Amino acid sequence: MIRTIAWRELRSLFLSPLAFVILGVTQIILARLFLGHVNLFLMIESRLTSLPNAPGLTTLVAAPLLGNTGVLLLLITPLITMRLIADERHNKTLSLLYSSPISITEIVLGKYIGILGFFFLIILMSLTMPLALLVGGHLDFGMLACGLIGLSLLAMSLAAIGLLMSSFTKYPAVAAIATFGAVFFLWIVDYAGHARGPGGAVVAYLSIVNHYEPFLSGLFDSSNVAYYVILSLTCLVLSIRRLEADRAHP
Amino acid sequence: MTNPEVLVETESLSRLYGKTVAVGDVSFVIRRGEVLGFLGPNGAGKTTTMQMLSGNLAPSSGRILISGYDMQTEPKRAKASLGYLPEHPPLYREFTVDEYLDYCAALRRIPRKERTVARNRAKARCGLSEVGGRLTQNLSKGYQQRVGLAQAIIHDPDIVVLDEPTVGLDPIQIREIRALIRELGQNHAVILSTHILPEVQASCDRVQIIHKGRLVLNEGINELMHRMESQILMAAFRKPPDVALLENLEMVDSVMAVDGHRMRLFHDPSKDPTDALVALSLKQGWGLYEISPEHTSLEAIFVELTGEIGDSSKKTSHAEGS
Repeated sequence: MIRTIAWRELRSLFLSPLAFVILGVTQIILARLFLGHVNLFLMIESRLTSLPNAPGLTTLVAAPLLGNTGVLLLLITPLITMRLIADERHNKTLSLLYSSPISITEIVLGKYIGILGFFFLIILMSLTMPLALLVGGHLDFGMLACGLIGLSLLAMSLAAIGLLMSSFTKYPAVAAIATFGAVFFLWIVDYAGHARGPGGAVVAYLSIVNHYEPFLSGLFDSSNVAYYVILSLTCLVLSIRRLEADRAHP
Repeated sequence: MTNPEVLVETESLSRLYGKTVAVGDVSFVIRRGEVLGFLGPNGAGKTTTMQMLSGNLAPSSGRILISGYDMQTEPKRAKASLGYLPEHPPLYREFTVDEYLDYCAALRRIPRKERTVARNRAKARCGLSEVGGRLTQNLSKGYQQRVGLAQAIIHDPDIVVLDEPTVGLDPIQIREIRALIRELGQNHAVILSTHILPEVQASCDRVQIIHKGRLVLNEGINELMHRMESQILMAAFRKPPDVALLENLEMVDSVMAVDGHRMRLFHDPSKDPTDALVALSLKQGWGLYEISPEHTSLEAIFVELTGEIGDSSKKTSHAEGS
């Protein structure tokens, strides 16, 4: 049942031009950034050979590119997730789901998994560029995998935030702005606090980017995994609660 | 003869919006093979009741049993035997009719192998065989309504809840849909809401009139027909007598003053008070100048029960009915 709903979500996304435009634009921007990273690497390559323990292709090209993809995801998440529930509410199709023998948890998980499919497609497509480097060089697959895990976790929490915001309203645009606000807030939250005063550590912990960067440098820390898992689960549970409340107080 | 199985049962169902009572203390039972018409003016609580029956809205108090399963505690089992057509057909605009119906079939847990058969049967029943490949957003309102209906019956549910099923259809389509409802009513239970009176007469076995959230009438269509036969005399007097005086007449049940001169006399169909009235008028000098029998319509009963004479919603229903 979750699969049915997830499939419909993906299919609806690809029946509108939005999905293709997002994929295309993302690829173009990432390609430009990728070329920049490669260029930089070629410029300093000769000097690197004389250094002991010099950073390689993965550190100088693949990791920064994954970092760029993360930032790009922060920006496009609102556009991908805004329609999830808001659109169904607006078009009154939610009543089809409510009157079918499915639980609200299944509805929310179905939508979540469907939209995650799209996020993973973006990630996979962005991955083709660093993998192309294998033609003339070699990569540190352990580090790349670590970065990918980080990016996937980031995508999972972004999708959950977007889903939650979409469950609050019947206007996709409102959901998009709210998602953008929430994500942007989590992104810049430690700029102001910068670890001063007693609350500084908490503020720094909240930042969604602080937990991503260690993954890119090849550092797999389970506390960072926990941050993303907790963030995603919280948003999912709240979405389920929100839809249940729909029936009690529409 | 044993009574057919009870498919829907509600016990003192209520729904409040803030302090407004949308539906208050509604209890009824629907059996297999029944078509129940839910009749009421706009804003009477029809849609709210339908939404509660279909699990879209939680009741503030009371209980709903669908095929014996409580909608609140066992929603999945209850919804498994339910098909629901809301006020606005819940269509995914970017899907074709076939894709949409396949999705609905999957949501209703029809096994993959049987979905095509189920889809084709629902399409045939709703007259959609020609439009399977078209996008739902490009269909006319009438066809969209039919797709909505096909969605509600695709899994051949025991209970079909239809919220104003004939809105937006042309007269021929309305006839087809009514025939379909009758057909469904033979071995399912159908609940339909409407504010169009002839629709109830055309397709229902039983009528419930809801007004301001409360059930004011719950009768079989036959009893209702009988009630309509209970005749009415329209009499006009130059010097009209006191209403109470006429009500004292043995054969008159009640009297309603229409205007300064006219009066409506309700009486038992077996006894005709015409002769007595004429004789009395002559004796008392009331100046009876017009007397004629009047056939009651469902509309008159409706108006009588809801007390909305001259209400605009009544006028619309009249216009649509005639």
